[in-house]
Amino acid sequence: MTSCVHRIEVHYKLDPRLTTRTDRIRSLGFPVDKLHLIDVYTLATSSRDFNPGELSQIGGQLINPVVQEYTVDKATNGVFDYAIEVGFLPGVTDNVGMTARQTIEDYFSMKFCEGEAVYTSQLFLVCGNLSPSTLQKLASTLANPLVNRVIIMTRQEYGTKGMDPVLPSVCLHELPTAETVNLDLDDRELARLGKEGIISRLTGQRQGPLALDLAQLHVIRDYFQKNGRKPTDVELESLAQTWSEHCKHTIFASAMDDDVPGGLYKTYIQAATNKIRKEKGDKDICVTVFTDNSGSIIFDDHYLVTHKVETHNSPSALDPFGGALTGIVGVNRDTIGFGLGAKPCINFYGYCVGDPDTDPTLYRGKNRANPILSPRQILDGVVRGVGVGGNCSGIPTPQGWCLFDNRYSGKPLVFAGTVGVMPLEHDSRKLYEKQARPGDLVVMAGGRVGKDGIHGATFSSEALDPQSPVTAVQIGDPITQKKFSDVIVREARDLRLYHSITDNGAGGISCSVAEMAKECNGCHVYLDRVPLKYPGMAPWEIWISESQERMTLAVPPEKLDAFMELMQRREVEATVIGTFTDSGRCVVESRGSVVMDVGLDFLHDGLPKKHLKTIYTKKTYPEPCTPCPERLDATLLAMLQRKNLCSKEFISIQYDHTVQGGHVLGPVQGAGRVQADATLTRVVPGSKKGVGLSQGLFPSYSEIDPCLMAGAGIDTAIRGLIAIGVPLDTIAILDNFCWCSSDEPERLGQLKLAARGCYEFATAFGTPFISGKDSMFNDFSGYDAQNNRVKISVPPTLLISSIGIHQDISKAVSLDAKIAGDLVYVIGETSEELGGSEYFAHLGYIGNTVPGLNATVLRVRYRKLTDAISRELIASAYPVSHGGLGTAIAKVAIAGRLGMDLTIPAGTRPDYYLFSESLGRFVVTVAPDNKRAFERIIAPDATLLGRVGGGTLRITSQKFLLDLTLSELETAYKAPFRGY
Amino acid sequence: MVVARRTPQRTASSKVMTTRNMIPEKAIIMSGFGINSEMETQEVLVRAGMASDIVHINDLITGRNRLPDYRLLVFPGGFSYGDDTGAGNAYANRVRNNVWEDLTEFLDGDNLVLGICNGFQILANLGLVPAFDKQYNRDIALMPNRGGRLECRFVTLKPAADNLWTRNIERIYCPVAHGEGNFYCSRETLQRLKRQKMITFTYCREDLRPAEGEYPSNPNGSVDDIAGITSEDGKVLGLMPHPERAMEFVNLYDWPLRKERMKREGVAVPTESLNMQLFRNVVEYFR
Repeated sequence: MTSCVHRIEVHYKLDPRLTTRTDRIRSLGFPVDKLHLIDVYTLATSSRDFNPGELSQIGGQLINPVVQEYTVDKATNGVFDYAIEVGFLPGVTDNVGMTARQTIEDYFSMKFCEGEAVYTSQLFLVCGNLSPSTLQKLASTLANPLVNRVIIMTRQEYGTKGMDPVLPSVCLHELPTAETVNLDLDDRELARLGKEGIISRLTGQRQGPLALDLAQLHVIRDYFQKNGRKPTDVELESLAQTWSEHCKHTIFASAMDDDVPGGLYKTYIQAATNKIRKEKGDKDICVTVFTDNSGSIIFDDHYLVTHKVETHNSPSALDPFGGALTGIVGVNRDTIGFGLGAKPCINFYGYCVGDPDTDPTLYRGKNRANPILSPRQILDGVVRGVGVGGNCSGIPTPQGWCLFDNRYSGKPLVFAGTVGVMPLEHDSRKLYEKQARPGDLVVMAGGRVGKDGIHGATFSSEALDPQSPVTAVQIGDPITQKKFSDVIVREARDLRLYHSITDNGAGGISCSVAEMAKECNGCHVYLDRVPLKYPGMAPWEIWISESQERMTLAVPPEKLDAFMELMQRREVEATVIGTFTDSGRCVVESRGSVVMDVGLDFLHDGLPKKHLKTIYTKKTYPEPCTPCPERLDATLLAMLQRKNLCSKEFISIQYDHTVQGGHVLGPVQGAGRVQADATLTRVVPGSKKGVGLSQGLFPSYSEIDPCLMAGAGIDTAIRGLIAIGVPLDTIAILDNFCWCSSDEPERLGQLKLAARGCYEFATAFGTPFISGKDSMFNDFSGYDAQNNRVKISVPPTLLISSIGIHQDISKAVSLDAKIAGDLVYVIGETSEELGGSEYFAHLGYIGNTVPGLNATVLRVRYRKLTDAISRELIASAYPVSHGGLGTAIAKVAIAGRLGMDLTIPAGTRPDYYLFSESLGRFVVTVAPDNKRAFERIIAPDATLLGRVGGGTLRITSQKFLLDLTLSELETAYKAPFRGY
Repeated sequence: MVVARRTPQRTASSKVMTTRNMIPEKAIIMSGFGINSEMETQEVLVRAGMASDIVHINDLITGRNRLPDYRLLVFPGGFSYGDDTGAGNAYANRVRNNVWEDLTEFLDGDNLVLGICNGFQILANLGLVPAFDKQYNRDIALMPNRGGRLECRFVTLKPAADNLWTRNIERIYCPVAHGEGNFYCSRETLQRLKRQKMITFTYCREDLRPAEGEYPSNPNGSVDDIAGITSEDGKVLGLMPHPERAMEFVNLYDWPLRKERMKREGVAVPTESLNMQLFRNVVEYFR
């Protein structure tokens, strides 16, 4: 036990954070007059104590004396009414505490012993007249009960002695061993075991969901019966991880109805890519698709680029900050774990959340237990989480989006993606190929293993309900990851110190080691060698823990010394935990006995095949019957203020999008700062080429037509890149399906149509899928305040992300109108296609006609536009997407801070013309001198609407429709998230 | 998997272009523990004519690399130690607690030190700026931004002093990307910084009028719009914004508009940005 405890409190003499912090808390409705923030370091040691002189030296190391002061074992004094201290729960990663500890160790040339630590917490001293319940509510916005502990005191209780020191150390006394599990149960009990988990011998409690269904459990029971023994909990947990929906994508792999015997993935996604690659022949851009941690395409003669987009929905629902942070640093590892290690060079994000101005009162448990977080809290948390992850890792985050729909209130969707760059070869070794060999050592590098993240993979395969495990929450440590990322990608890889590498994500080492074992056909792991955050973990917990920031490598014995020496120099903990073999088996030992011995073929391919049945019923919705307004000024302003169309610049600017020096077209563009749909980044210094990123998603079309929903996503993802000048034949796409209730045939029916749409439109455009991921149960089931059961399912959501190679970044085109007098064109036809559109949503309708798509026509159009851009004939280009032509024109004008005088063709209802979401369209501006050359290339696809110039946006049809000043437009566009 | 169809050739074009103008003096660019801008810093120095080694702080501590082998020491941007215990503080502690003597010796020689963003925060915590009377006290602080969070946007800077760093620079236009860049010091320190012309760059409006503390021209609330200062002897520069991230014309926020205007005026579109001058000044110092 730690006997020597000291508390150092640090505060600013004049705290610059206070105005904003106080404003933000007030904006959430708390009557706070004043606020003080104090950073607290609690030192807990046993092997030595620090004397007062030493403690004040430590204090000096933790502050900047110009602006900060510290106290040692003395409460910070001041005028306030309440004190709220927020610290971490036992076992939660405390990054600041770790850094403080290292500083102290350095300063005194000493090392902390086992069990000794520095814990950090934040103390909020609050002035204001708050009722006890408001105070509790305030505390719950400052802290998350899953990761934080909170102590509240009144000024009187605080007195002169202040807060008591709290040591959130983990106390685990017993040393659990592996247990055998009896599967000879009746089906009801067996199903319960699958749903709720194994009963722990120590606690008598269920250990948490295995997410194995009855068919799977029967196969497992038969397998072990054949082997003449019962499975251990390690084996069962391991199979549950490996077979989880999250890892095996069972729904995409299963036969479906009579017409898709090969399953959706093989039939529609993989087949599309195969067909496209074959058609492209010599011009195939793919390097590695689907098989590795990321997908990759050719960048130029020397480099490839990778892309991968993951979701982290369930963890983000419980702990938005931690969930999003681990989401982004997790997908960074899919880059580091690609081939022999690619360098992460661009981050990408996407959020689907409920309207932040709503606050649904829903609970995971009965009797108002375990309330869900408000959309605002979720939005704030995930925005911050991805920001901290990218910013701390030195990876630019230019590209992303945010979409609001109240069907995301129960479970938000958090997408996180990373692009990597890697030479194709180094010293004539292909860096995108890897193979662990028998005899190679299994090395785990990075962070230590704790109880965090247990059951992450099985948990994300289930809907969120009261049983959702709290240990699924993790806090990321980007700096630990940055340390090994640097040493692996810049040093170890090119020194040829390992044969293979993969990241530890879902399922921890149980998945990563077993996955790599496929390369050589076997592995033997010793769990006692795995470095732990604290003692007392059961073997199965060590095996499947999802503690963050770890990679698994296959290091040949003759390179081990060099590898370990390098890791030590970079202060990256690396440990040999076993050997890769060719035994055909995955063998795991703990304390001298074998706790897992399963054939690799069974582990990876023993999963019973399913045959899914689907139904599809086309739904129809009422059409709006309101006439077109006389004038559309108010309508356009209202559209610009819709949360899905307005500026979310507050997100873009808190993400560093310039680090690594490759900024070419950023997230906001033009003097009027409008958010772009595509960004362009240079990832290889000195190269003329750059990487363009964009995306498309239309969940509002899903309930109307899932196939065209997929088509809209694909076209929009591609078109965003075409607009900045990326040629179609360099573009690859990624699919992320986030579905709901995927055990219901109707939902599977929609899924099948969407997947078919993916095939149809990807092959029509010739853009291969290179990577994808699915998350099938994005449902919330819980209760309202009156204990009525409530289920909220996300709308079927398909994110298509695109990546393409710009051939000459100096010819890239931004979206802002540039110069008065330029001509304004719309390229492409506009039809009355407003089903699921933002305009119909504005009118309170859904409608039925979603945009059609003829990719053959569009392919030609996109080639022409690329041609025009490469001849530098286009001054600005912007794809028409959500919100239609009207909002697109307004954004081009706002971005350029230039007015326009336009006439739209007669024939279509003016409001429908301006707000229809027909695909395949662009708004471009062209210098008058380039008119002929431009029209020669683009005609007849382009319609001249008018000219840039003047201080207002004027639109006329047969009659005058609107006339709005730029400041009116800009104010509307930026209004909804002002103050965020 | 697909076999690469083309045989890669290993030539770094930028290096080939610039080697003939390279000076023999070398720079050491510090890395490790979350510093993250070392690669672009190396690139910008090569383009300006100076080779460099990226050196992990631990390799400096163990003596694998030695400061006397270098003439320019750069602390680049990043998030050393995740800004824990204050931005730059933990890395500064690491330096001070391990290589302080070598560092002061380096500072006594005819050498230059440049700290950008996190590097400036490290310099401030080491007391390398302002270093009045070579005392290396912590006299300035880079506090959390007035806006309370990290902010990434382009800013305009103008030189506020005539020194080796600012020669031939009319303005710098480059990104800031920091959460703690709010320059603060006591009134006495500020007076002395002004008197001795140590304030080197200040935030200003696009037309070069002073920002006067106004957001977003002054992005963080820095007192007197201070974006960068030198040490008393002028050989150490700490700068919050990132000129190395906008070394080329196409890195500038508004380059598409500038290009369009230049094209129509018949002016040649440059490849390099004016920000390069800062790094050329460094190289010129040694030439």
